Amino acid sequence: MTALKVNGRTQDVSAPDDAPLLYVLRNDLKYNGPKYGCGLSQCGACTVIIDGQAVRSCVTSIGSVVGQEITTLEGLGDMSAPHKLQKAFMDENAAQCGYCMNGMIMRAKVLLDNNPKPTDGEIRQALDGNLCRCGAHNRIVRAVLRASQEA
Amino acid sequence: MNIETNRRDLLKGAGALVLAFELPASEAAAQQAAAAPPPLPGSLRNNPKVSSWLRIEADGKIRLLVGKVELGQGILTAVSQICADELDIDMKRLSITSGDTWLSPNEGTTAGSFSMPDCGTAVRAVSADARRILLGLASQKLGAEADKLVVSDGTVRAPDGKQTTYWELVSGQELEVPATGKSPTKPASARKYIGKNITRIDIPPKATGSLIWIQDLRPDGMVHGRVVRPPQYDAKLINADLDAARKLPGVIEVVRDGSFLGVVAQREEQAINAAAALRQSARWDMPKEAPASDTVHDWLLAQKTKDVVIKDQAKPANLTAAATIEQTYKRPFVMHASIGPSTAIGTLTEDGVMTVQTHSQSVFETGAAIAQMLGMDKTKVRMQHVQGCACYGHNGADDAAADAALLARAVPGKPVRIQWSRNDEHKWEPYNSAMLLKTKAEVDAKGDIIDWRFELWSTSHGTRPGNNAGNLLPARHLAKPFPMPEPVNGGPPNYAADRNAIPLYDFPGQKVTTHFISSFAARASSTRGLGAYSNVFAIESFIDELAARAKVDPLEYRLRHLKDERGRAVLQKAAETFGWSNFKKQPGRGRGIAFARYKNLAAFTAIVVEVDVNAATGKIRVLRAVAANDSGEVVSPDGVKNQIEGGLIQSLSWTLKEGVRYDASGVRSEDWTSYPILTFTEVPPVEVVLIDRPGTPFLGTGEASQGPTSAALANAVFDAVGVRVRDLPLTPARVKAAINA
Ligand code: FES
Ligand code: FES
Repeated sequence: MTALKVNGRTQDVSAPDDAPLLYVLRNDLKYNGPKYGCGLSQCGACTVIIDGQAVRSCVTSIGSVVGQEITTLEGLGDMSAPHKLQKAFMDENAAQCGYCMNGMIMRAKVLLDNNPKPTDGEIRQALDGNLCRCGAHNRIVRAVLRASQEA
Repeated sequence: MNIETNRRDLLKGAGALVLAFELPASEAAAQQAAAAPPPLPGSLRNNPKVSSWLRIEADGKIRLLVGKVELGQGILTAVSQICADELDIDMKRLSITSGDTWLSPNEGTTAGSFSMPDCGTAVRAVSADARRILLGLASQKLGAEADKLVVSDGTVRAPDGKQTTYWELVSGQELEVPATGKSPTKPASARKYIGKNITRIDIPPKATGSLIWIQDLRPDGMVHGRVVRPPQYDAKLINADLDAARKLPGVIEVVRDGSFLGVVAQREEQAINAAAALRQSARWDMPKEAPASDTVHDWLLAQKTKDVVIKDQAKPANLTAAATIEQTYKRPFVMHASIGPSTAIGTLTEDGVMTVQTHSQSVFETGAAIAQMLGMDKTKVRMQHVQGCACYGHNGADDAAADAALLARAVPGKPVRIQWSRNDEHKWEPYNSAMLLKTKAEVDAKGDIIDWRFELWSTSHGTRPGNNAGNLLPARHLAKPFPMPEPVNGGPPNYAADRNAIPLYDFPGQKVTTHFISSFAARASSTRGLGAYSNVFAIESFIDELAARAKVDPLEYRLRHLKDERGRAVLQKAAETFGWSNFKKQPGRGRGIAFARYKNLAAFTAIVVEVDVNAATGKIRVLRAVAANDSGEVVSPDGVKNQIEGGLIQSLSWTLKEGVRYDASGVRSEDWTSYPILTFTEVPPVEVVLIDRPGTPFLGTGEASQGPTSAALANAVFDAVGVRVRDLPLTPARVKAAINA
């Protein structure tokens, strides 16, 4: 049994220590937010926040994050009370398919936590390692800018 | 708005709760034939029953059933807007069932930018029909004339204050009628949703991690499958240590059938580990020789081709040529490269039904192909579309569905989830074919084009399952393999390899020849735009070269040769928005323009880009892009802009960076490092302007910007540094080599 602290709740999982956090979050704890994109730390689809850092859960073993604060997309807000970033992505229709959206929002959350009023260029730099195949980049940047303007 | 994921409930409800406009199919057909009406609009043609599309449920829900599926193009939002407006209901009242082969109207494949023309048109007509029928009933019930009734969210009010609702009205046989396609539709002034920007219905759940993706389905008892693919297209499995794999933790079953090798395990990482062990132990018989990407254009020219002249218009005898110019353009294989790899869940239940949840674009035909592969009756295979990552064409989705079905058959009763790895997706999806294009023009003394010759060489752009197991990857690897059918090229009016090969310009003499190759250098199928991307690249690059030769502004030169009013309008609109006429040329910078009407019958798009080219490194920086688009009547302005901008950025990525590398050892582009795509810091600002044409037909939009973007970019590079790169992608090395040549 490994105890993981996810979205403020400590939850026990029976998975080996070297199991990737992504699969444990998705399959054992049934979170939908983090997505499998590459499993190689190349795309950002699986991003979660651990102790304030954007982390790629596909290459993170559960054994390495015991006792740390893990936040998934679900931990930010839900449909009735979305986080300002989630709301901004809705308002800007900041997606085509939206498969990359989890990674974009989670990475942007860490950016805004550290730099509440980023410039367009700073947002692009921060998200440069998060891939989007649909070409929704400019909408995503607009959504992050919009969220940064919300109180 | 509520998108059903649990279709079983819906099926259960179908008998008792659904008070639908049912009419036996034979009777509907007979009525159709007797009246011999003009053909019904859009997809109604093949699905004429109202009840195939709309159901009014006793609890006040209205269910829209469609055969087209959501691929990230926003179609479910757009058809909801249409349905809600035509039926006078709130969008929240609608539930949608899309792409369920047991429930939805068969609208074929969701591709070719046909969703709005086919599905949007049908939904509009059928919703208007339903409203007319319902108002007729209300008129009787309320004792008021139908045109005096006011409807608000399905509640119908008479002038005297009496009221009823749609769901009270629909109670029996009287509603069972085939669609007419003739009921009046809403005038623009009476619409609440059409033409308005609203938040797409699928975005809130996606932004919050609510269940909407196929990846998020977790049926009870679900187990995980993985397939070990050969290292190379034609490699044959000699042996693998199946027993060792069976002993690994969590492994439930190991399946080998010919060269098809797969594993089912309790946990996902256990399936991945077992597949890795199988891969390591597997010995393959590798072909000695195979085509390589470096020499693909020689390979294209060396193949046996099927040659078809698709346009032949002799140059008038009175025109004499002052010069003849020829060029050759090339593009490599390019991949769809969805961010989310292909996923499916297959379950073989006790009743002998194989159910597959899939993000296939062609649930009906893929279901039939899977039935053939399994040797099952077609009616026993049920396909249910659930949203997956955008695919941009025929990617691995159908093959993953077939993988899931094969593994599910080995463990009856257990839902088997398949998710391809990044490596699987990159190496095994069917790519957009490499092409070679030769152009030749005769110009008069002024430099105007009097004769135009265009020849193209291409492998197939269409190997979708199409009811044939031989088009499913795993079916070809079985011990008793299903042979791949010989691919055919799609003909007019849409064309395939030769899509957009016929120019829209009014050149006096024109000849266009397709050299179609039915063999493969790499697996290939439909990818956003099919041949249009390459053909438009060549046409619009060449015309730019001829403009430069004639010393005429490239916009002016195009307009000289183009009579089509809507084509001219998008060119002028794009130029004006960009500031074409007062553009100040700076060293190392340039602008380029290009235009096409997708398929010569869908949306019109003109694109202008501005670039900065570093002459020392050859690196191109795209500074900004402008697109002008005419998609006919616009239902969702933001949706159209999103498609055009997304396609533009994707095409920039193809054009600047992408080419699949492969050789006898297999595909070498196997992840995002070996096959990089455009990233945030490389994406330019994009402005999209729409020319809305209310009252005109919907013209498909989704693929319209792929072609013009490529040529606009190459033309801008020429404007910036005076060199032409005709070999895609426009890598720094190629640009630098051209500058130094
Ligand atoms: S899935 Fe983790 S970075 Fe791509
Ligand atoms: S919106 Fe589809 S990958 Fe980004």
